[in-house]
Amino acid sequence: MSDTTLSHPATAARPDAGQRASRDLLRRGRLKPAEIVFWLATAASFFLLPDRHLLLSEIVILGLFALSLDLIIGYAGVVSLGHGAFFGLGAYVAGLVSVHLTGEPLTGLILAALAAGILGLATGPLLLLRASDLTRLMVTLGVAMLLLEAANRAAWLTGGADGLQGVTINPLLGRFEFDLFGTTAYAYCLIVTFALFLLARRVVTSPYGLSLLAIRDNALRARSMGIPVGPRILGIYAFSALIAGVAGALLTQTTMFVSLDVLAFHRSADVLLVLVLGGVGYLYGGLIGAIAFKLLQDWFSAITPQYWMFWMGLVLMVIVLIGRDNLNALPRTLMRRLRREDRA
Amino acid sequence: MSAALQTIALEKRFGGLIATDKVSLTLEHGARHALIGPNGAGKTTFVNLLTGVLPANGGQILLDGNDITRKSQIQRARLGLGRTFQINQLFGAMTPVESIGLAVSERMGGGRDFWRRVGTRTDILDEITGLIERFRLTEVMDHPTRLLPYGKQRLLEIALALASNPRVLLLDEPAAGVPEAERGELLETLAQLPRDVSILLIEHDMDLVFAFAERITVLVNGALFADGTVSEIMSDPRVQAVYLGSDAHA
Repeated sequence: MSDTTLSHPATAARPDAGQRASRDLLRRGRLKPAEIVFWLATAASFFLLPDRHLLLSEIVILGLFALSLDLIIGYAGVVSLGHGAFFGLGAYVAGLVSVHLTGEPLTGLILAALAAGILGLATGPLLLLRASDLTRLMVTLGVAMLLLEAANRAAWLTGGADGLQGVTINPLLGRFEFDLFGTTAYAYCLIVTFALFLLARRVVTSPYGLSLLAIRDNALRARSMGIPVGPRILGIYAFSALIAGVAGALLTQTTMFVSLDVLAFHRSADVLLVLVLGGVGYLYGGLIGAIAFKLLQDWFSAITPQYWMFWMGLVLMVIVLIGRDNLNALPRTLMRRLRREDRA
Repeated sequence: MSAALQTIALEKRFGGLIATDKVSLTLEHGARHALIGPNGAGKTTFVNLLTGVLPANGGQILLDGNDITRKSQIQRARLGLGRTFQINQLFGAMTPVESIGLAVSERMGGGRDFWRRVGTRTDILDEITGLIERFRLTEVMDHPTRLLPYGKQRLLEIALALASNPRVLLLDEPAAGVPEAERGELLETLAQLPRDVSILLIEHDMDLVFAFAERITVLVNGALFADGTVSEIMSDPRVQAVYLGSDAHA
């Protein structure tokens, strides 16, 4: 405690030091103008693109799913190849709730979130046993495969390969019917995603979020500082699973259908691709990546319907090999080079 | 009153190799104690045993009289055993303010808080500023750690350990690799560490040992070779022959 007594005269003598420290600590949590622009543009898309609501819903769901993955990869350094397990579980729980319990969408959403969160809590400890990236990739992949096979076997419950029949969703809040054009669906997805984004933002800019960054940067040091690494990682993993579950539930509720496809491996792979496309560790990567992914997919499949995956792979490789930092610095580098040529 | 830190016949074997051979060492309260020894004497293994990075094969470790031999790294840290690393172990993407703030907030039990915004507790902020100034990090306090000059990183390494308010602090070669121009700053900071923290300095650099320590323990081949005050060790002909003589102030 001697530190506190010592620091007072210091701060009194140099008030600017305290202010600088405070400003630095508040930096991560500060709302940036670009963020406001992003969300205004997103809200505007609802009014400006009324005939694209179905596609936009798909994008938002994928974005939310990728955001959930960013929480563990970008903020805790935990890699996963099986995040689809939580998405798929959420999707099935939402479907089953509507078939057996109630068609009320918010109930289904909450139950799906809880189920996925609990699965995250239950399987999270497996990631802590031998905390290397390779074991984590394999364990998450394994959990997803187990879940897929279980859903396939339990055809009496899930409808197996035929998909779950009879999913109907009541009007949202008893008033807004889910229409064919996806207008209600898009508004619903947007609002849920925005709310969860705010929640996630709050968490990652808290002292808890800072401790996650520390664990990601250097787990050895974090441990020697007395930070309980295991429980901290488990917490964010369950939170991330919960959000992935909500994304899955949104898919079921807006399409009124669930099949084994929600648990397929490509879900986990796609969401990782989306996140890498948009950038890891700043929460917007998932959302921006989802937009880029769907637009590229649209564009490439319009040019070459059969080979769009080829072009997608190429883009992904370029992004990873050049490196995001270099890509972000590209405009500045080009400007500098142009200016130098002007002078020459 | 029990010692700040004590080991009793502490032992570590890697297969047939005995890395720590029944070492009994006592660190008094407020000590400035140096642990020296030639390369391969088992200094780093000893630190790893003390901090719980490696499990011991035998013997006991007492922190303020409490047996911590079976406790985890995290539990030992929470009980007041702090350390710095020979090779910097810092949070590259975080600033010094954030790193120190995290350590302070963890000690105050704020690390599980997921609803408060970082930087809204003035008691934590005051402590951060105090440490930043004491460790001469004011200039660079809001720069990403990975971009700091090496000497500043070394200072942050110690500041981070002290931010957890340890009762016992293990300094693992704090001056290692610090360029000559930045050494003075580091040595001064070391000399100003609070007296209520008991310090075990593990060091290669004999100038630093003589400047800092009041008591010296010599480790050779994993075993305790000699133990005494600085003048006792300096005048011990066995130490001169085995250690100082063969390794001319490396």
